[in-house]
Amino acid sequence: MSNKIKLADINKLFKDLDVESLEGVTIEGDIELNISGGGGLNPALAYALGHEAAQISLHIANISRMLGYPVDQLFAEGLGLVPSPATVAEPAIQNLIESKFEVAKIAEWNTPIEEITLGATSADGGSRKSTVTLGGEKAMPYYFDAEMPHRNYVTMDVFDIPISMAKTVKSNYEDVMEDPAEWAKKVVKDFNADMVTIHLISTDPLINDTPAREAAKVVEDVLQAVDVPIVIGGSGNPQKDPEVLERAAEVAEGERALLASASLNLDYERVAKAATDHGHAVLSWTQLEINAQKELNRKLMKQCNVPRDSIVMDPTTAALGYGLDYAYSNMERIRLSALMGDTELNFPMSSGTTNAWGARESWMKESPLKEDSDWGPREYRGPIWEIVTGLTLSLAGNDLFMMMHPTSVQVLKEITQTLFGSIESRPTDINSWVTAEV
Amino acid sequence: MKVNSPLEAYKFLPGTNCGRCGEDTCMAFASHLIDRSHKATDCLPMVEEDKFANKLKELEALLAPEIREVVIGVGEKAVKIGGDDVLFRHKLTFFNKTAYAYDVTDTMDEKELLERVNTIQNFKKFYVGDFLTLDMIAVRCVSGNPETFTAAVKKVMQATDLPMVLCSFDPAVLKASLEVAAEKKPLLYAATKDNWQEVAKLAKDYEVPVTLFAPNDLDMLKSLAKTFSEMSINNLVLDPGTFPTGRDLKTTFENFLKIRRAGIEGDRDIACPIMAVPLTAWMAYDDEISASYWETVLASVFTVKYGDIMIMHSIQPHALLPQLHIRDTIYTDPRKPVTVDPGIMEIGSPTADSPVIITTNFALTYYTVESDVSSNKVDCYIVVVDTDGIGVEAAVAGGQLTAAKIKKTLDDAGFDLKEKTTFNTVILPGLAARLQGDVEDQLGSKVLIGPTDSGRIPGWLETNWPPENK
Ligand code: B12
Ligand code: SF4
Repeated sequence: MSNKIKLADINKLFKDLDVESLEGVTIEGDIELNISGGGGLNPALAYALGHEAAQISLHIANISRMLGYPVDQLFAEGLGLVPSPATVAEPAIQNLIESKFEVAKIAEWNTPIEEITLGATSADGGSRKSTVTLGGEKAMPYYFDAEMPHRNYVTMDVFDIPISMAKTVKSNYEDVMEDPAEWAKKVVKDFNADMVTIHLISTDPLINDTPAREAAKVVEDVLQAVDVPIVIGGSGNPQKDPEVLERAAEVAEGERALLASASLNLDYERVAKAATDHGHAVLSWTQLEINAQKELNRKLMKQCNVPRDSIVMDPTTAALGYGLDYAYSNMERIRLSALMGDTELNFPMSSGTTNAWGARESWMKESPLKEDSDWGPREYRGPIWEIVTGLTLSLAGNDLFMMMHPTSVQVLKEITQTLFGSIESRPTDINSWVTAEV
Repeated sequence: MKVNSPLEAYKFLPGTNCGRCGEDTCMAFASHLIDRSHKATDCLPMVEEDKFANKLKELEALLAPEIREVVIGVGEKAVKIGGDDVLFRHKLTFFNKTAYAYDVTDTMDEKELLERVNTIQNFKKFYVGDFLTLDMIAVRCVSGNPETFTAAVKKVMQATDLPMVLCSFDPAVLKASLEVAAEKKPLLYAATKDNWQEVAKLAKDYEVPVTLFAPNDLDMLKSLAKTFSEMSINNLVLDPGTFPTGRDLKTTFENFLKIRRAGIEGDRDIACPIMAVPLTAWMAYDDEISASYWETVLASVFTVKYGDIMIMHSIQPHALLPQLHIRDTIYTDPRKPVTVDPGIMEIGSPTADSPVIITTNFALTYYTVESDVSSNKVDCYIVVVDTDGIGVEAAVAGGQLTAAKIKKTLDDAGFDLKEKTTFNTVILPGLAARLQGDVEDQLGSKVLIGPTDSGRIPGWLETNWPPENK
């Protein structure tokens, strides 16, 4: 059965009911509605409207709901009856009410993220065999609103001296810890790293105070040893880092490395100049604070003339259980603001995912708390801590991951490339999951 | 939520500023309605006086979250899912954390089944003052036999109060189990395009929530949801299928995004909690570690992006710990201050010979330290310094943890080290080592530098306490 009814008629219908609580409900206009019968019905409404009107009652309620009015309650209340649904039998529906699912794309995402290429091949005056391009997104990562132009990349950590690290990580590097070049080779050849980060931590005055000139040698060695793009990191010492990065930038001239990092607590102008003078990109690092990130980016662009295609941001990674909630929302806010037009924030992002190894759950042998359930072997716990930390940030928009454990790298690449869309499915009959033998 | 500003909500309130809700003004109360920290029924005059009854009803309907809330189970362990109003947590917060269910099957022998149930219900991990725990048991009918399944469901019910998901596509199986389990309000899994009429009848007759399963078919999922809603079956959970790998997984991910976006944007039919089944990872990977890793990866992805309930298989700690933590990460209220009150806490029964430990009032820091010492039966004093809720390392870097602040905390509490302790010594966190000289000067006491992780305090005390030169 199909009926046409005008909103004016509905108003009339309501008026006759004299339901006090309908105050506030005004349905205006003269829209014509197509009403087909046979649906289920609201018992209170059916009672109120009487049998004839019963079939349309539901639709009226639906319209009103659409308009934001709590019609069901109003009716029930006005009539002084709140029937328990269990006591009123519903007519069974014989056929599915066929519906089409629809959802709109997000219109406000109108500003793309900058594309930044790291590494230079011989064609561009470098000696890398491959390059890495980050950014270019027009939507949140892996969303259907717009295709993501580039996949996520992983750069693996190499240090210029042996450092203390979680046992689970260390067991992979014991043979190469004395030799950064061998270490770099190993992460590329054996562990499938897209890039290598060489951390010049021995330059820290509180560690070895290695002179910048010597540290630059290590950078040359690494560039010799591998043909992927590199990140050059200092020690984190704000006094020493600018000098170290200047020297390193010089010897890496033409290779388009990423200098890590410029930050507000050191002489970022020197770092920026080292990058622009020698054709590198710069990592703009702030501490979980979106306004500080804007400020530093602005300074790099306006004060230091760093081109827009040479800035990557590190808004700071806190480990799962140790502030990942801050890190996640900070990145998500940065990316959303960027997509919606904030041109001080529309740069690719990088995460120090290795920070996950700072969480005690990743490295401690067992829980220090007697009340906790058994934590299981740390060999399994550690890598998954790094994976979950990284993949959570990938969903917030992070592009480049600095990581340490080979298993973590492999799994993170698998999930990010799966969501990116470049991995074939293994045929799985999920219709039978309930009875599956697992 | 259909109201967006305190002003809109205010219109419905009595406007007398009587203060019974605990707020000074109706306007203040209205703003808490918008941030969802108060319920309309917290305004007692509205509840008590008949003349406000309609306003209250209207207001409640307007305040109802965009995504339906569904309750599964009964009593203390019941879980509530759905209820969200935003697509990004920083816009407000996410409500009702994802419910984690772990499976058992009706073909397990009794011992294995009970062991699994007990592992699931007893698993706990201390975090920020409380224990993280698991929520539910999913009972899968593998036998295909109604009696076998019902027997397994009975065993689960005897062993635990955790809510259940009853999994079978056979209405006869579901019906048999509901005969014994309906009063526990389990979640039915699932109605499909083939069995929906019978399952709808079960959901209706037994008044239990029900899952709608339409793998990668959002039109069908919506049709089912609409049909069930028209039948006044409103406690719905949507399962768009969890394909575990490759492009199919990408599509699954997109389906989750689409459903939630449509729901938040006002498509009432589809505005229901969503189910993910990371367990399907076990259908794609044979080896146990790969499967449990991939399952945890799926669980994490869908905890971050809109899964409201999910079913998993691995109960190994390396899977459970990150799952519990990612859920806590995403569902922590970003608006909530993360501090504890500053002052001096007595842990156990400290005496004049007990150690005095300095830490910050960041909740994560404080509870970590507190549980590390109390769990190991260390009697001590903890001096909780007001660092504006910043952890040790950042507070030292940012100047919130200083010698003066430490002194002030002791002074405010009237705690004189020379008088109250034998050794006149405090222990600083390893990460605050650089404050040592300052603290010695300000307090006129000795200062020991503890380990960088408080988990090592008990072991460290064994060799370093009592301090040598008294
Ligand atoms: C989250 C975070 C923040 C958050 C802080 C949130 C909060 N409520 O604390 C925010 C965004 C606010 C922040 C800001 C800053 N941060 Co910050 N931040 C971090 C981060 C990522 C995690 C810190 C954390 O929460 N750890 C977990 C808690 C539980 O650890 P904890 O408090 O130290 O407690 C442990 C131990 O200290 C020990 N312990 C605690 N008490 C006691 C007591 C005794 C007796 C003993 C023995 C042991 C002990 O056991 C606890 C458990 O392991 C770290 C990097 C990292 N480590 O991953 C950087 C980090 C701490 N931040 C840093 C910096 C520099 C800053 C800023 C100064 C940045 C800036 N320029 O603005 C600001 C300062 C802000 C301020 N003070 O006002 C630096 C500190 C460097 C340094 N050593 O000086 C770090 C290490 C990052 C880095 N590598 O540079 N930060
Ligand atoms: S209890 Fe109600 S009437 Fe009284 S102040 Fe609060 S909101 Fe206003």
